[in-house]
Amino acid sequence: MSVIEVNNLTKYYGKSRGIIEVSFNVEDGEIFGFIGPNGAGKSTTIRLLLSLIHPTSGRARVFGKDVVTRGPEIRRDIGYLPSEVYYYEGMKVRDLLKYSASFYDCDCTQRIQELSELMELEMNRRISDLSYGNKKKVGIVQGLLHSPKLLFLDEPTAGLDPLMQRKFFDLIRKENARGVTVFFSSHILGEVQRLCTRVGIIREGRIAEISDIRTLQQNNYKKVRVEAEGLSALSFDLPGVTNLQAEDGTLHFFFKGDINAVLQKISTLQVSDVSIEEPTLEEIFMHYYE
Amino acid sequence: MSANIYLHELRTRLKSVVTWSLGLTLLIIFYLSIFPSFSEQAALLNEMLAKFPPQLLAAFGMGNIDLADMLGFYGFLFIFIQLCLSIQASNYGFGLVSIEESELTADFLLSKPVSRWQVMNSKLLATLTSLGITDVIFWLVSFVCILIFRGSHAYEPRILLLLFAGGVLFQLFFLSVGLVISLLVRRVRSVTPYALGLGFGAYILNAFSGMLGDVKLELITPFRHFDPNYIVSHAAYDTPLVLLNVAVSVLALVASYWLYIRRDIPAVS
Repeated sequence: MSVIEVNNLTKYYGKSRGIIEVSFNVEDGEIFGFIGPNGAGKSTTIRLLLSLIHPTSGRARVFGKDVVTRGPEIRRDIGYLPSEVYYYEGMKVRDLLKYSASFYDCDCTQRIQELSELMELEMNRRISDLSYGNKKKVGIVQGLLHSPKLLFLDEPTAGLDPLMQRKFFDLIRKENARGVTVFFSSHILGEVQRLCTRVGIIREGRIAEISDIRTLQQNNYKKVRVEAEGLSALSFDLPGVTNLQAEDGTLHFFFKGDINAVLQKISTLQVSDVSIEEPTLEEIFMHYYE
Repeated sequence: MSANIYLHELRTRLKSVVTWSLGLTLLIIFYLSIFPSFSEQAALLNEMLAKFPPQLLAAFGMGNIDLADMLGFYGFLFIFIQLCLSIQASNYGFGLVSIEESELTADFLLSKPVSRWQVMNSKLLATLTSLGITDVIFWLVSFVCILIFRGSHAYEPRILLLLFAGGVLFQLFFLSVGLVISLLVRRVRSVTPYALGLGFGAYILNAFSGMLGDVKLELITPFRHFDPNYIVSHAAYDTPLVLLNVAVSVLALVASYWLYIRRDIPAVS
């Protein structure tokens, strides 16, 4: 069963683009990575699914229910960690979490206790006194305290130190093992690769690709640089080679496919230098931008 | 309506309610306490007032006022009570949903399992409660002070009730108009300037119309709709104007619900 079904969802803010005809499904129990550069439309998509904003056209369903008409009942089982966390500044952490819990039909005291101990959260401090990272922890606890069935994480790791990031990832994995579906938005490919089973890549408001994380890794782009005498653009005329650039004796290109093909080619040459490396996320996005 | 939002809102506004109530209490006690000595010299005073140009008196709401009369005296004070009420109510109106947006807590609230309708109902009800608390306090203080300081002067309780009840409709106008304006502009950065602008603006509109005479601008301001001098001297409302006031308030409220339910909550940026 699909937990999230998005169909040709479009959002314009006046004339400026939010997202255009975005379609994808998220299946029950998976961790779906949603990746793209800043301003690509990741937050817009999440805000549409939470009915914080209303679609210009298209439709989206969560738990099989339309997000526009049945938002409140959908949100009973949703946890949301926004990219920037802001809470009522005058409140104490404990009171904020209690207020948050009061929206759900559950006695969440036990769970608040567990989560805040895990995240090392000080319950008696005022929100206004907290550092950004600590506010983020409050966000994590308030997003999870009602044991939601679906989690929206919007750039969740920003502001967390590496140790906390690891705890957080462990927590998310544990939730996922309990059957919680996770929608994980990020612009950091590495963390998406660590956690997700499938990813959707969004750029300029449109879905560029949706693929299994394994396929993505298998077909991962490699950044290849070969330096040899007498090289020309034609030397690496292989299927899977893109972005080929030649400048006096050096070739740069991206390669997607079985890397052995490139290695065999290289072995026929008398090269002076070779490097094969992971492209940076920016480079991958550059690629999708074409 | 959800009780937790209601209580949260009420708690947030508690300090402000106490401040306004205290301010009104002090204003009323101070002003009414000078009535006994005032009324003794009233003949002299009324004579002096008669020498001022009528336009100037009208501007200060003293057009046809008898300061020797208990409620005439109170009616003059009531304009300043109204000014306070208008600023308080517009402050709450402008801030009702815009504060959550400018302080970016709207995401927190609206990602909870509540509908916009419930959010608006709870917030409005909490605000009405806050205004109601202020009202009850200043009613009681006024009533007690009048009993204490009136001396041998008679007063008509019915007129006092008219003033009080008019005050409630007066507040509703500023609350709902403030609310609808806050939803029409893209983002309210700070509530206070808007609230002061609406409150004082409406007051000045009425004052100036007194000076300008024939221009009918004053018809849109609640300070005219519930002009205390009119109510005291006629022992009745200016019914068409009160109906106009209620109509504008209801319209603004309906529009506010319509706008809020369809509103795109602005993201952090």
